[in-house]
Amino acid sequence: MSLKIEQVTKRFGNFTAVDDLTLEIPEKQIFGFLGSNGAGKTTTFRMILGLIDATEGKITWQGEPINYERTDQIGYLPEERGLYPKLSVRDQIVYLARLRGMNKKDAVVELEKWLEKFEVPQNIDKKIEELSKGNQQKIQFISAVIHQPKLLILDEPFSGLDPVNVEMMKAAVVDLKESGTTIIFSSHQMNTVEEICEYLCIIQEGKPVIHGSLKDVKRSFGKKNVFIHADFDLTFLKDLSGVVNYKATSEGCKIQIESEEISQSILEAVQKVGFVRRFALEEPSLNDIFIAKVGKSYE
Amino acid sequence: MNKFWIVLSHSFMTRFKSKSFIITTAIFLLFIVGIGNVDRIIGLFDSDDVDQVAVIDETGELYHSLVEQNELLEVNYELVDYDGTLEDAEEEVLSGVFNGVLHIESDPDLYFSAVYYTDQLINQSIQYQLMGNLQQIKDARAMIDQGIDQAVLEAIYQPISFETIALELSDGTTARTEEEIGVARGLVYMMIIILYMAVLMYGNMIAMDIANEKSSRVMEILISSSSPISQMFAKIIGISLLGLTQIGLFLVVGYFMIQSRAEDMVGEFFEFFGFSDVPVSTYIYAIIFFLLGYFLYATLSAMLGSLVTRMEDVSQILMPMTLLIFIAYFIAIFGINMPESSLVTITSFIPFFAPFVMFLRVGLLEVPTWEIALSIGLSIGTIILLALIGARVYRGGVLMYGRSASLKDFKRALQLSKKDK
Repeated sequence: MSLKIEQVTKRFGNFTAVDDLTLEIPEKQIFGFLGSNGAGKTTTFRMILGLIDATEGKITWQGEPINYERTDQIGYLPEERGLYPKLSVRDQIVYLARLRGMNKKDAVVELEKWLEKFEVPQNIDKKIEELSKGNQQKIQFISAVIHQPKLLILDEPFSGLDPVNVEMMKAAVVDLKESGTTIIFSSHQMNTVEEICEYLCIIQEGKPVIHGSLKDVKRSFGKKNVFIHADFDLTFLKDLSGVVNYKATSEGCKIQIESEEISQSILEAVQKVGFVRRFALEEPSLNDIFIAKVGKSYE
Repeated sequence: MNKFWIVLSHSFMTRFKSKSFIITTAIFLLFIVGIGNVDRIIGLFDSDDVDQVAVIDETGELYHSLVEQNELLEVNYELVDYDGTLEDAEEEVLSGVFNGVLHIESDPDLYFSAVYYTDQLINQSIQYQLMGNLQQIKDARAMIDQGIDQAVLEAIYQPISFETIALELSDGTTARTEEEIGVARGLVYMMIIILYMAVLMYGNMIAMDIANEKSSRVMEILISSSSPISQMFAKIIGISLLGLTQIGLFLVVGYFMIQSRAEDMVGEFFEFFGFSDVPVSTYIYAIIFFLLGYFLYATLSAMLGSLVTRMEDVSQILMPMTLLIFIAYFIAIFGINMPESSLVTITSFIPFFAPFVMFLRVGLLEVPTWEIALSIGLSIGTIILLALIGARVYRGGVLMYGRSASLKDFKRALQLSKKDK
């Protein structure tokens, strides 16, 4: 009963924005949707919401396509933030909540709760244009979740926020997941995705590059990172078999290896040469995986 | 349907409560009350200062006749019998004491002759009144000198009896009298001007509203909550209701003002714009054609408004529509004086002009019912067609964020909304 995207393609004229995308997004989990600008994230979201039609393939949620009869169960935070600049927070949220099928009284109660949670209860009667960007974003977030949606789509929810607000919002997203909301979440900040998503998909030029649970993705990638801090020259490691990538750091180097086992031979090799201050075997980061798969970095 | 009402009441209420709406409405109401009381306002400024005219009467007998006649006619200036010389009097005119000097001399051929010296040639009503009065005095004297007695004089000046009777037409109605036409003309004028202003103002408002939602990017949330098509119609109807509320308010205030001052309002102006003799059907047609014109242009502006992203581009994209409204307006205004011309007849069937021009024909002429029905039918058809196209353009247009503001976007919007399967 999850959200299924089956062989979906979207073309605008000659341009293919999304190319044969198949995804299954599990219920009550946070699904990370990664991709650079123009990779097709927003187009995919718009197709999920039914705002634009797929050229080929179909998208279903709980077995049915999403249409205007079911929008009350869906929350959407678009990438381009948008609120009426001249309306007060209260009028704004009440209007948007009513459009999601809430009544006015409940909307105000919920709004007060959320403002309390985000520590800005004094903003309820202020106009949007009077608020700081971070506070506007909180209001935008509230507008997406106030009606307790079952499916929540967040397009770049944390961009442009300061670290304190990012933490606050992350916590809110995790809370929503725990209360049973299915969340799809796009970002190009790999570390945030690693932190809160169980499942993820990376798309590049409309095609999925990596897809699955975070653990599986990392496991199937196989390669590991080794961090070495030592005072002598480590460049000889480049030529060892099993070393895929070598990168000098200020205190030593970071190398990527084919598999865990190789780490031991490397350890032996460096110990022979001299004193090693740090030797660590770590899981690859998503960024490493992406670079390995696509050949270039996001950030 | 429920969401339709939410959008409708939102579009209505946010505008209705806004400062700009309250202020413009108040200014308009003041303007209406001001127009209605224009005579009092003018009176307020020049009631104290009565114009004076110095009279140097060398015949010695005309001054009193002139004063007597002025008393009968209720003129708005005073005559002063002036003792000094003409030069002194001229000095006093220049220094502002008198409006002018009337110098009357005996003339052996014409009883008398008069010269009016003044420094004001803009307002000539005093000269004309003086001239008229002197002419009458002279006429009476000449006749009495010829030995015509008073009774004969009266018979000469007795106006003849002349009456125009409208013949009954084949359908049982009569041709309209001059007075009725004048009245109908007043109504047509008013309706055309109101419709013209309404489509420009509220059409612009609708387009701005949509462009505003797009430029503030709130649109994407809105259309993910409820269907863009129902939103478009809710917005059109919401703002239309706002417009109708405003116009209704003006009409009610205008009506009560005319009522309260009905007794004072005699005179050509109000007879020209009087409405008592207009048949009820004309009022009904006024409402029908008003609504047709209004919705036609409102739908068009919603469609155009959905194509632009920035507020600055709204007037540019509305340009073709504004031109269309101008043309319709001018055809109608010129057509009032020649309602039977073929230009008027033809354009009364063209949907974008019909609401203006067909109403003009209905108001001023006897138009066969089938022609009216055809014109209304064509207009309704066009509104439906525009709504269908508009809905598709709107659906794609609201997701389109570009810099351009041209009709090329039209095609792109249609492509975006196309169900290409």
